[in-house]
Amino acid sequence: MPPRANLRAIALHAALILGAAALAVPIWLAFVAATRASADFVAGDVGWLPGPHGFANFWTVLAAGDSADGLPPAWPMLLTTLVVALLIALGKIAVSLPAAFAVTYFRFPFRSLAFWTIFLTLMLPVEVRIVPTFQVVADLGLLNSWAGLSLPLIASATATFLFRQTFMSVPDELTEAARIDAAGPLRFFFDVLLPLSRTNVAALFVILFIYGWNQYLWPLMVTTEPRFYTIVVGIQRLALAADEGTAVWHYVMATAILALVPPVAVVVGMRKLFVRGLVETEK
Amino acid sequence: MAGVTLRGVKKRYPGGFEAIKGIDLDVPDGDLCVFVGPSGCGKSTLLRIVAGLETASEGTVAIGGRDVGALGPAERDVAMVFQNYALYPHMSVFDNMAYGLRNRGAARPEIEARVAEAAAMLDLSALLARKPRELSGGQRQRVAMGRAIVRKPALFLFDEPLSNLDAKLRARMRVEIRALQRRLGTTAIHVTHDQLEAMTMADTLVVLNAGRVEQVGKPADVYARPANRFVAGFLGSPEMNFLDGEAGPDGRIDFGALGSLSAGAGARAPVSRKVVAGIRPENLAPAEGDGPDRLSLTVDFVEELGAARLVYASREGRRVVVHTAAHGGWAPGAPLALTAAAGDVRLFDPQGGAALG
Repeated sequence: MPPRANLRAIALHAALILGAAALAVPIWLAFVAATRASADFVAGDVGWLPGPHGFANFWTVLAAGDSADGLPPAWPMLLTTLVVALLIALGKIAVSLPAAFAVTYFRFPFRSLAFWTIFLTLMLPVEVRIVPTFQVVADLGLLNSWAGLSLPLIASATATFLFRQTFMSVPDELTEAARIDAAGPLRFFFDVLLPLSRTNVAALFVILFIYGWNQYLWPLMVTTEPRFYTIVVGIQRLALAADEGTAVWHYVMATAILALVPPVAVVVGMRKLFVRGLVETEK
Repeated sequence: MAGVTLRGVKKRYPGGFEAIKGIDLDVPDGDLCVFVGPSGCGKSTLLRIVAGLETASEGTVAIGGRDVGALGPAERDVAMVFQNYALYPHMSVFDNMAYGLRNRGAARPEIEARVAEAAAMLDLSALLARKPRELSGGQRQRVAMGRAIVRKPALFLFDEPLSNLDAKLRARMRVEIRALQRRLGTTAIHVTHDQLEAMTMADTLVVLNAGRVEQVGKPADVYARPANRFVAGFLGSPEMNFLDGEAGPDGRIDFGALGSLSAGAGARAPVSRKVVAGIRPENLAPAEGDGPDRLSLTVDFVEELGAARLVYASREGRRVVVHTAAHGGWAPGAPLALTAAAGDVRLFDPQGGAALG
């Protein structure tokens, strides 16, 4: 290898290693903290290596809870979060696919108005419209419900927009071949368009699942009953408890690590489809 | 089985551009009709109008005597092969071929029998489980053909199906498609910009230019008696030689410094007039002796084709190409005397280009 290319490779790798470290070190520290005892935090001696209390801490957080400090077990919250994230991801995909199909393939009056109206919501995430949205959800009596948790987050344009781009990249000849093959719009949608968008659906599912999993502000607003607490809200409550009472930072960190596992599992599990959906055009 | 009848078909786009400017055409039952013309001549648009993928702004389209103007592509009983094949990428070869039958509610055993039959005909039987991306270009092309023939439609529509193949495969597929169409006896319209493909495949040749039909006829007739200068120039490779000249009362065409040629009785005019003489490269030959029918030129260069050669000669900036099987004597810079039989000199009006005589 010529020295220039060598140097370039070294520089690139150095940058990648630094970036990876910047991402990994906090997670490692959180993991280390999760394996320590409460006393270590008081002593200010956490260090860089895992302590001996890992299994006990994770077990306490996940299943038993710490009634002394008023901590509920984490698994119901994980379950709630899973349901919410799935509702949001699947709901969005289910709504966006037909919406994108309509604005791409049908010439109806005010089509572009419809599209741009959908597009406009891209600029209005929940955080921006939180007060009116809360009002609407409250008026509909959806506070403390699954619908209240997921519906306002389902209604947004990202997925519609992405599917529209995907559909537009499907060659016209394929549509025409299907018309000659006597496939009506619905047949075409289910037999041709949907299978061709498989990887895009997968990629979007990953993104939306993580988006739903990480929701914080909205679940905090619309839920007051503990059974609807999502894991992110749970961490916040733990941190509050740790601030005021005993230093249960080991539990906080253990919960954070637990909250990290499902999204990572989704990304790793769907890695291949995810990457293909983002970079490859199979058409 | 069905013929196709077009009457006064026009296609105007919303911008006002007229792609098809009024076409009347009859394609007889069982015919392989080739639409040929340069790109932008409207041949694909016309095919798509027949398919029902586009609607004519004016005029009627009938397939098998039935006016199909109000019918969608699926109801017209046509099958189409697209330029890029448009195979469903996620379906196996079998499913690609079966899809149209399934949507029409054919029973499973019948679908299997028909696909098997078509696959056998096209040498695809071993590939039925493959996906299109695992096939070569020629195989994909055959799957597209198979998708058309399993349906046993009244009419095949081929939209430049060979243009994505390499030259060798194209020559083979030309013959295969031709033979297949004969065997099935199904009427077919084939669109191409390749004049060789058009000549070799067509029963009926339709030469299109700028949204109009320039000439319709058997390929050999159109080639031998082009209706105008456009058709004469479009068919044949290398292109017909066009030389400006003057036709006299004696039927001779005077090319000034180049010399003169006899153009037969048809060229006789009471008074001299300007004409464009068209002579195909294969109809020019070295002049023997020193008769009056000769063009005197200088050899510029020679293109060797193996079985024959193309000799480019010129004088005073007017160039002529000769397609000849004869060897020797073609040294660049050497003088060259050429002649052509009177019957091989076609005359065209300098204005408008219509054939004269």
